[in-house]
Amino acid sequence: MAIRERLSGNEAVSIAIRQVNPDVMAAFPITPSTEIPQFISTYVANGTIDTEFVAVESEHSAMSACMGSQAAGARTVTATSSCGLALMWEMLYVVASARLPLTLCCINRALTGPININNDHSDSMGARDAGWVQIYAENAQEAYDNYIQCVRIGEHKDVQLPVMACQDGFITSHAVENILLLEDAEVKAFVGEYEPEKYLLNEKEAVSMGPYDIANYYMEHKYQQKVALDNAKQVIYDVAAEFEKMSGRKYGMIEEYMMEDAEYAMVIIGSSAGTAKDAVDKMRAEGKKVGLVKVRVYRPFPEEEMVKALSGMKGVVVMDKAEGYSALGGPLGADVKAALFGRTDAVVLNIVYGLGGRDVRVESIEEAYGRLFAAVEAGSVPFGYDYLGLRK
Amino acid sequence: MKDNLMKHINEQNAWHELTPGGMIYGSGNSEHFNTGEWRVAVPTFIEDKCKQCLLCVPVCPDSAIPVVDSKRLDFDFDHCKGCGICYKVCPFDAITFKKIGE
Repeated sequence: MAIRERLSGNEAVSIAIRQVNPDVMAAFPITPSTEIPQFISTYVANGTIDTEFVAVESEHSAMSACMGSQAAGARTVTATSSCGLALMWEMLYVVASARLPLTLCCINRALTGPININNDHSDSMGARDAGWVQIYAENAQEAYDNYIQCVRIGEHKDVQLPVMACQDGFITSHAVENILLLEDAEVKAFVGEYEPEKYLLNEKEAVSMGPYDIANYYMEHKYQQKVALDNAKQVIYDVAAEFEKMSGRKYGMIEEYMMEDAEYAMVIIGSSAGTAKDAVDKMRAEGKKVGLVKVRVYRPFPEEEMVKALSGMKGVVVMDKAEGYSALGGPLGADVKAALFGRTDAVVLNIVYGLGGRDVRVESIEEAYGRLFAAVEAGSVPFGYDYLGLRK
Repeated sequence: MKDNLMKHINEQNAWHELTPGGMIYGSGNSEHFNTGEWRVAVPTFIEDKCKQCLLCVPVCPDSAIPVVDSKRLDFDFDHCKGCGICYKVCPFDAITFKKIGE
């Protein structure tokens, strides 16, 4: 029986973690993710859960402790934002290559500098190539649902990779929304016990993890990671199907909104998708054939789903809440263009928006579609990319 | 634990034949690798001068001085790296130490 509540994204994810009752959490506070370790340490202090909470001295230590803990055989979780994620960088790659399926709640915040505590995706976008599965939430409900699924996805024997469950700082993490929670027992049964095949504290079978890898082995081990990330896609669908049976809520790699007869599409990640849906409704009422593709899973990239959803479009505008400084566009723009190359004649625009908490309104989204209409009308794709909501 | 669980792993293996993330199964498998070939200097054990005080044994970083029945034997040159620490601690000049080729 679903439990009706009103919660912030951080509260929702903390309840999900409480229900999963992981063996270990090692975390260091950083805005706007601070509430998550705060709530979990409260649960631990109150005896609500028996998780071992490790108060570390930095995020470098947090990810190191998580790595050791997961390698030891314990289901492990951490949470961070912005520069905290940046300080974990070195270990993000090691955790992925050592195939340790821990979970990280990333509360997306602009990466310094200039120093800024508000939302954009520059923190987790920088970690997009670290070999982690990355899943993004639009709202608190998705943040809650995604986290529960992330535990299963990473630990699946065909995957064995760490998973980053992302939600937008403040917009999702601190705003209170209506939400449906699952029963504790349902979540417990859904995630089950963590049973790694090999782990360091197994007294019956000794293993060593993370050895030096010479040139004759490194490439094969990197390929193993690639195969695991490829495998993650099917597992994400399977876990989502099982989750839907329990919750009634359906998830996939992407979410299509009003795409059936659309001619102009927007591709977007995170909370702005909610704003964009309102803009689509408004423009549809005005007779404009617009649709939306929300990226839920960014790694592995939903190439097939994206191409299928966007085939036949006159124009596609890809929205990046991160500046890539590639001089070519943002990370999502580059990936969508790569997926579409040679497969569509659509005009593809890339727009950077919402950096460092810059407000994104229905009118902002309408303006982005407006630029797309103009580019399709002109019949040409301009070089480079543009900013939305910038004072000029 | 002395079984070499990794003996099937070699540089001809395809990616799927290797362990996940290069994990090493079993313990004590450094014994199976001839790391003594890195050596650029070599100690020599002079048995006649040795009083079997065994000071050299615990200081060897590679456990390359075998002991049987409380007596040390000649060096395990498959694993001795030629660091010279044993030569430094020997009070009886029972170990000499020279660069290879000298």
